[in-house]
Amino acid sequence: MTQSITEVPLNWYILLSTFLFCIGIMGVLFRRNAIIILMCIELMLNSVNLLLVSFSSYKGNSDGQVFVFFIMVVAAAEVAVGLALLMSIYRNIGSTDIDVLNKLKW
Amino acid sequence: MTANLINTPGLNYLGLLIPILPLIGFLVNGLLGKFLPKGITGWIGSLTVLGSFICTLLIFQKLGAGDAIRLDLFHWISFGNLDISFGLWIDPLTIIMLLVVTGVGFLIHLYSIGYMHDDEGFTRFFSYLNLFIFFMLLLVMGSNYLIMFIGWEGVGLCSYLLIGFWFKNDAYNDAAQKAFVMNRIGDLGFLLGIFFLLFNFGTLDIKAIEAIAPGLTMNGSLVVAITLFLFIGAIGKSAQIPLYTWLPDAMAGPTPVSALIHAATMVTAGIYMVVRSNVLFAMAPFTMTVILWIGVVTSVFAAVIGLKQNDIKKVLAYSTVSQLGLMFAALGVGAFSSGIFHLVTHAFFKALLFLGAGSVIHALHGEQDIRKMGGLRKFIPITYATFLLAALAISGFPLLSGFFSKDEILASDFEHGKIIWVILSLSSLLTAFYMFRLVYLTFFNTYRGSEESRHHIHESPWTMSVPLIILCVFSVLGGLLNLPDLVRSNHWMAHYLSAVTAPSATLLREHEPLSHGMEALLMSIAGAGAIVAILYARYIYVTRKTLPEEDAALHGFPKLVSNKFYVDELYEKFITRPVFKLSEWWGHFVDKLVIDRAVNGVAKSLEVSGKTLRLFQNGHTGFYVFAMVIGMVVFFIIRLLI
Repeated sequence: MTQSITEVPLNWYILLSTFLFCIGIMGVLFRRNAIIILMCIELMLNSVNLLLVSFSSYKGNSDGQVFVFFIMVVAAAEVAVGLALLMSIYRNIGSTDIDVLNKLKW
Repeated sequence: MTANLINTPGLNYLGLLIPILPLIGFLVNGLLGKFLPKGITGWIGSLTVLGSFICTLLIFQKLGAGDAIRLDLFHWISFGNLDISFGLWIDPLTIIMLLVVTGVGFLIHLYSIGYMHDDEGFTRFFSYLNLFIFFMLLLVMGSNYLIMFIGWEGVGLCSYLLIGFWFKNDAYNDAAQKAFVMNRIGDLGFLLGIFFLLFNFGTLDIKAIEAIAPGLTMNGSLVVAITLFLFIGAIGKSAQIPLYTWLPDAMAGPTPVSALIHAATMVTAGIYMVVRSNVLFAMAPFTMTVILWIGVVTSVFAAVIGLKQNDIKKVLAYSTVSQLGLMFAALGVGAFSSGIFHLVTHAFFKALLFLGAGSVIHALHGEQDIRKMGGLRKFIPITYATFLLAALAISGFPLLSGFFSKDEILASDFEHGKIIWVILSLSSLLTAFYMFRLVYLTFFNTYRGSEESRHHIHESPWTMSVPLIILCVFSVLGGLLNLPDLVRSNHWMAHYLSAVTAPSATLLREHEPLSHGMEALLMSIAGAGAIVAILYARYIYVTRKTLPEEDAALHGFPKLVSNKFYVDELYEKFITRPVFKLSEWWGHFVDKLVIDRAVNGVAKSLEVSGKTLRLFQNGHTGFYVFAMVIGMVVFFIIRLLI
């Protein structure tokens, strides 16, 4: 089985992971909708997961896959909290546009 | 030469009590004085000093010439190799100083009860006096130079407090400040001496230094430097040239202060310090010569100025400077016990003179100008009699205390150099003359004051007269303490102090001792000279009834002398004013333009940076996220680079 996987070079996985990560970052920076931002954060996390798994597979070391489990747990918890916050904000302000949230300044 | 240390708990306890009693007196009078009636506070102040005197007497009984008591109270400074303990050292020299300080001190406290009776600061006066006694006792009892320095500084402080006692008068405050600043200049020298000692010897303990010192090169730069610095301290404290001008100005303080501090005790601290360090000074003949010549010149210079002073206390002040010069002249030739002998007799008759002057001032309700006095011997006989005897003593009238002590100094200096003897004898003649000028103008002929004040003249209360009488007895009989070998007596004080002065005796140049005939001749010349000077003064001021001229009528040399050779003005012009100018310039340029700008600049820069950083907090969540990303990128770049 390892034979068929090594046909796809490792570099492709690294590139893919990087692209996904950058897309995620750009989404976090440029989108105004809070839900989209949360999704982009998930995208970043998942790109890292992909990277870890691919390395683990190529090196034959299971450490990366175990770490992916941790990341998934953290991501799930973080999304739960994030969406709860978002719900609370929406109920108070009536919009999910983050440009409205600018009161915490000097 | 090691002393025989005595260590009985009784004596140790007494020794500890000596400085503690005046300290308690200070604390009680200082903190609780407001709540106590005036009658009590004066007696509290006096009885604590009497207690110290009694303790000293008890120790004196038990302490022989070669004995000493050492009380190490606690480890004070322990730092690496440095180990200074807070210790007291009591040996014959200390005992003599203690007897003088507490004995004369007690009499002056007693006197002050009467003299300061109407003053509103009565309690404050006694608390300051007790504090002064405490510091003076620390000075003479300290077992190392640091304790001595505490006492040294402390008495300077109390001198300032007491000179400026009537603080509502600006001139008095200026005098107090002048005394303190001049003392401080001397203290700098003393401190430098201490630093040199510490750096080179590793210890400040007096006995330890005494053991190490003979091992140094005689007259080498180290010993000379140390001793010169220490002597500079003595110059400031004991009012020698050039740091003497504070003493006449210090007469602004109440008369008991002048008697105690500026006659009997504080100004003698310099003498004590030199005698205590006799080994160090004996190792530096150069410094000894300096001491000798400064003493000689001061002695004659101050005597000349005293000839033309018209304030009763100023005459006595210049007399003190002159007599201190004489004592230093004795120390300069290595006659340490003679110097101490004169210190003791001088304490007696100078304190008596000052207290007597105070009695006169008290009787005349504040008049101090002798041109307005006269004929007072009929009005205040006790004061007159004691003052006269004290004047005879200081003039060296035969057989009184001053005669013996002065003669011993003159004899020692004669051995050293004839010129010195001539100059000092001249100074003694001038002393006799101006003292009796003072006596005749104050007590003889007819009263020159107003009719009204004449009715109020009265003798002083017993608290003032009794100390006068007691001091008078000592001034007359004080010579018995140290009668010379000539009269086949025991030369008691010299023998008593032999253990203290012995370490240096081996190092000093051996003089051929004077033959008895020579000594008798010198004595007679001195005694005769004193009598001639007294009679000449009598001729001028009693027979011819000359009065001192008005200030406007003076010309030439008499004017120069009357204005104290313009030394104060010289100092004012060449030292005080340039320092003030420098202070102003410094304040304007360095302080305002440089330092203020630097400090304010720092504050300003913080303000500016704060204003700029504030703009980062603009509230936009997107911007915050962007900042986080930038931060992460920078972090990773730095990680890659390092």
